Amino acid sequence: MDEARLECGLILLALVFAIGLLFPWRAEAGEPDYRLAPRQVAPDTWVFVGATEDFSPRNGGNIVNTGFIVTPAGVLVIDTGPSLLYGRQMRQAIARVTDRPVVQVINTHHHPDHFFGNQAFPGLPILALPETVRGETAEGGAFADNMYRMNGDWMKDTEPLAAGPAPVPDRLELGGHRLEFLRLAGHTDGDLALFDRTTGVLFAGDLVFHDRAPTTAHAHIRRWLDSLAYLAGLPFRVLVPGHGMPSQDALPIAQTRDYLTWLDASLRQSVEEGRDMADMLRDPIPARFDGLALVRKEYPRSVSHLAPRFERAVLEGVRP
Amino acid sequence: MPQSLRLGAAVMLYALALVARAGDVAPDPLNSSRWHDVRRALFPGQPVRFDSRVEVTAPATAEDSLNVPVSVRVTGGLEARRILVFAEMNPIVPVLEFEPLRVSPYLSFRMKLQQASPIRAAVLDAGGAWHVGSAWVDAAGGGCTAPGSGRAAPDWQEHLNEVQSRFWSHPQGEDRLRLRISHPMDTGLAASIPAFFLQELVLTDETGAPYLRLKVHEPVSQNPVFSFDIPAEMRAGHRLRLTGVDNGGNRLDRVLE
Repeated sequence: MDEARLECGLILLALVFAIGLLFPWRAEAGEPDYRLAPRQVAPDTWVFVGATEDFSPRNGGNIVNTGFIVTPAGVLVIDTGPSLLYGRQMRQAIARVTDRPVVQVINTHHHPDHFFGNQAFPGLPILALPETVRGETAEGGAFADNMYRMNGDWMKDTEPLAAGPAPVPDRLELGGHRLEFLRLAGHTDGDLALFDRTTGVLFAGDLVFHDRAPTTAHAHIRRWLDSLAYLAGLPFRVLVPGHGMPSQDALPIAQTRDYLTWLDASLRQSVEEGRDMADMLRDPIPARFDGLALVRKEYPRSVSHLAPRFERAVLEGVRP
Repeated sequence: MPQSLRLGAAVMLYALALVARAGDVAPDPLNSSRWHDVRRALFPGQPVRFDSRVEVTAPATAEDSLNVPVSVRVTGGLEARRILVFAEMNPIVPVLEFEPLRVSPYLSFRMKLQQASPIRAAVLDAGGAWHVGSAWVDAAGGGCTAPGSGRAAPDWQEHLNEVQSRFWSHPQGEDRLRLRISHPMDTGLAASIPAFFLQELVLTDETGAPYLRLKVHEPVSQNPVFSFDIPAEMRAGHRLRLTGVDNGGNRLDRVLE
């Protein structure tokens, strides 16, 4: 009897060890780990590719692409991720690639998944367009409420920290990299894209989504389409979208343009025909957008963002 | 033998009573914790049942808690004397009451939502029974206690109670009317802003005969936009007129072109 009990106990113990080996993060109490693994997309240039998912306690808000460029004059960081923890773990991951210090940070726009890691870069200049600094300041608190609600523990100690007041230059030469700062708009009122002429890498921010439905909470679609046309004309070799896999062709630009053009035309037409938002919510989404992750969630959100503006225009005779 | 008959009758009666009781307290398809309290408060002693002919459409998640689009359509020949819309998790439960006198039993509008809640439409039929349709909307919250952005516009008072409207003719024989009324629709729950909201709207023809009556409560969004469907033959040859009043006694009166 006792022997049998001992045997059971041993088997249980073995099982616990086996589980511990299989799922090592369960063993470490304390901080969750984003497991950030930089992907090299060009010489000196790395990207942290996030999941094409919604914010959740499972992904901790890591649904976004951030990146960095390593130069002899130091490291430039493009966007800081959804939390203080992400920012810190991003710095640790960068330190595993290079021992050069981070010297410069940019925020492509004011959405929380792109700037909530700013706190992890104290004392460093954080460059952003004036519209972005305004948005980060004005909406940071409301974003934080939502981010804590949706991501949970990963957000611990994160406070929105707006980018610094330094003006964004048009060009910057950093350790032999000729960088161009492109002041665009449309996804938000201020979208900063970064083009590295030396490597041909274009960090497009959220002006470009790849196999993921674009989000439109602060969008102005016509300005966005103009920005996409501009980006499509650049001689880039690698395109880093704000969400989705980096690519070596312009396909993500075409994809984003196709979806936005359809969305804009479809909602405008509905409003012009006197249809309600509830009617639009039930409208089918064309099959060619099936491959865009989250399209069924983003489309209803976009109806809420865009239809009221078009409605006003139709009822008041004002152009939106 | 007679004894077993009596027993049988008793069992049948008991079963019938069970069925009747089950009908009376029909389970809420959304399983909301507040449903039974709200049902008792709004429809005391009145028959209430859930009915798929009452279609409530709203997004699964409120992207903007200050502007949640809702539409209600009564189908399947159910006669609608009154339509009561309410959200039981809101601090102010009733949203609006609609009497579609000479228009179709359909309306759409936008509302404020304080937290995740069922949105219900209860339709009163000719026999005095209520038929309820529901939709669940998840919301991050703050809709009722956040000040509306309209207050930030410096000229909102100049435009108070202005009406924009447009008709669309539909091939199905109904004309759609869409209205936008400039009004802050303050709930009184945002700090330092007293309640100030539209209370009543009536659509009439040129003789004053009503087409529809709408009683509006605080949760309707600021600068409300309403849609109604009017059978084309009802509208033909008439000039429709919208009148209304808010809780400050400000009136609106507008002939709709």
